[in-house]
Amino acid sequence: MSTLTLRAKHRRSALRTLAFLSPWLIGFSVFFAYPLISTVYFSFMRYDGFKPPAWVGTKNWAYVVEHYPLFWPALRNTLWLVVVMVTLRVAFGLGVGLLITRIKTATGVFRTLFYLPYLAPPVAATMAFAFLLNPGTGPVDSLLDRAGLPTPGWFNDPTWSKPALTLLALWGIGDLMVIFMAALLDVPKEQYEAAELDGASPWQRFRYVTLPNISPIVMFAVVTGVIQTMQYYTQPLIAGKVASGVIQGAGTQFEPGYPDRSTLTLPQLVYNLGFQRFDYGSACVVALVLFALSMAFTALLMRRRGGLIQAGER
Amino acid sequence: MPGMSRNSVIALAASASLALLATACTGQSGAGAGDDASKETTLTFWHAWSAPSEVKAVQDLVAGFEKAHPNIHVDVVGNMTDDKMNQALRTGGAKAPDVISSFTTNSVGKFCSSGALVDLNPFFEKSGVDPGKTFPKAMNEYTQFDGNRCAVPLLGDAYGLYYNKTAFEKAGITAPPKTWSEFEKDAKKLTIRQGETYRQLGFMPNYHGWETTTEHYLGQFSPTYFDKDGKSNVGKDPAFAQAFTVQKKLVDALGGYRRLETYRSELGDEWGPKHPFHTGQVAMQLDGEWRLGMALDTKPKFDIGVAPLPVPDDRADEYGKGYITGTIAGIAATSRKQNAAWELVKYMTRDTDAVVDFSNAIHNVPSTLAALKSPKLKYDPRFKTFLEIAANPDSTTAPASVNGGVYLTTIQQFGYDYESGKATDLKKGLQQTARQIDTDIAQAK
Repeated sequence: MSTLTLRAKHRRSALRTLAFLSPWLIGFSVFFAYPLISTVYFSFMRYDGFKPPAWVGTKNWAYVVEHYPLFWPALRNTLWLVVVMVTLRVAFGLGVGLLITRIKTATGVFRTLFYLPYLAPPVAATMAFAFLLNPGTGPVDSLLDRAGLPTPGWFNDPTWSKPALTLLALWGIGDLMVIFMAALLDVPKEQYEAAELDGASPWQRFRYVTLPNISPIVMFAVVTGVIQTMQYYTQPLIAGKVASGVIQGAGTQFEPGYPDRSTLTLPQLVYNLGFQRFDYGSACVVALVLFALSMAFTALLMRRRGGLIQAGER
Repeated sequence: MPGMSRNSVIALAASASLALLATACTGQSGAGAGDDASKETTLTFWHAWSAPSEVKAVQDLVAGFEKAHPNIHVDVVGNMTDDKMNQALRTGGAKAPDVISSFTTNSVGKFCSSGALVDLNPFFEKSGVDPGKTFPKAMNEYTQFDGNRCAVPLLGDAYGLYYNKTAFEKAGITAPPKTWSEFEKDAKKLTIRQGETYRQLGFMPNYHGWETTTEHYLGQFSPTYFDKDGKSNVGKDPAFAQAFTVQKKLVDALGGYRRLETYRSELGDEWGPKHPFHTGQVAMQLDGEWRLGMALDTKPKFDIGVAPLPVPDDRADEYGKGYITGTIAGIAATSRKQNAAWELVKYMTRDTDAVVDFSNAIHNVPSTLAALKSPKLKYDPRFKTFLEIAANPDSTTAPASVNGGVYLTTIQQFGYDYESGKATDLKKGLQQTARQIDTDIAQAK
């Protein structure tokens, strides 16, 4: 076969590969690459949607980091939620998964019961929680009061608002429960039998058999949990609005974060800056901070834990 | 599962993170006022009203215009939020509005400075209309920014004091308070404690208490928000410190921030029938003119009294004034039918009978001086208080700013910190608030 024919064959092969890849490439370019490049571009521009964009250098960055009073509280809250809420969700999801896989009777009923809350629309679920945890009239505080226990202000108290959001997230644990259940049922039974023969305690069986087998799933849960928490918008916004009693009607001003900025998250700032203040440049800065943070978290977790690699495959 | 290379890890992380990002870029088409308003044309009018009775009132208003201008037809689109209007004003296009009506005056600065709505001064001049003699002073102020009049008032809202006459009688109070000192005394007399909570609260002073926002309180203190250079005056004008002090005294006198917040969380919402003023849980309420109709609809078990809000003790002669805001109308810069659009705006906002009929239907305050005095106005005798507040030359409003209502939320945020005790140094806090306002405005310019 001549060199020319070989080259032509390679070119045809490359074109064919490209053709097969093109749907993904188009999607990636339009929905990922272009928005990212635009976001970086607009972060250096003054743009309010009305006048043409104008170059302002690092002014937007300096404004967001040094002068925008909501940035640091939102960043602190987002990091709090990433550390506390994601950890508790993964631990609780795994715990519920373990429990459900051990139950021998009415398994379907329990699975359904634990999964159902996940299907509740976030707005409705948050409003229901705001009602249940209302410090004045909510049944939770009434019960705590009757039991002689302290009655937190929940969504009306800056100390308790994030724990209240965490409770809401734990209530809707159905997604992680299903994933962990599938992973737990996939652990080879022989390994448990061998461990039992070796005299391993239940904790040792969990630590040395279950956990290594499901570690990629744990990592998946953590990574997706971190990304979801970085995008956490609806629940804190609704909780803050309901608890504040301010219904955003015509002509009313509403700054998210009630009480005392404790429910502010970075995605709320993107909306606040971009669509309430029409400062798209600064909104892009916050979006890029979110991008950098989620990338850093993901890369760190994947590298430290060996990524989505199961024990024995490394 | 195969191992992943470092590059793959980074690529996966990047792909996952990219999903967080999105942006949009739009442009604005050119337009102008070169159309002939006497020719056959169709306008698109977007407004925010959504209740069936309100939508009908708008349709009747437009029908009156079409009768007076048979060559101009109007497509009316209701229930349009400010977000949708902003998007349409940015992009223009065949289906974009020629005329918009927004519930909020906060965007006027942005609309004017960005050129999203056209400056109506040339139209007023061409029509021989003097806005200063047509609209009440406060309404005239909130429809312009830096000399650019890009909006016109289309009915207004005036804020006053609602009080429970029955509770007043029981407490031995014979007349509504005229100064903040009297108000504090009355609020305390009207407050009936019940353990850690209240059987009846004299007044909910907290800034989250529905309409008891900083700007509504401040309206009674006639503050100057900006100096002649456009810099924030919050740290300099003593009216701000005076207003914050009055409110904080009320909070402390009526039980303290935390107790009031807990009580507030038990109460019904602002727009529902269980509003605490309707139910008698709160005896006095700072609110707009619409509250009267809403309260009467719930058939309360007490007589409702209406009065102007109190004024500072050293401004007792200004009793009768109030805070004014309202709905605005404007012409889109992208409209190619601006002369015809002006005819519609002029009719809706200036024709006395049209304004009066619309006011009678919507139960808002008329927005022209002539309409405020019209004998055709139909109202509950108590509503007259709001007509007088609207016509009062001492009544105030919050001025338009290049970044909309951001400066108001900055002041409000300091208010939350001060009422809760998080901020204790009032002077320092107000100076910091002023610096923040200036920084935000510089960022928006």
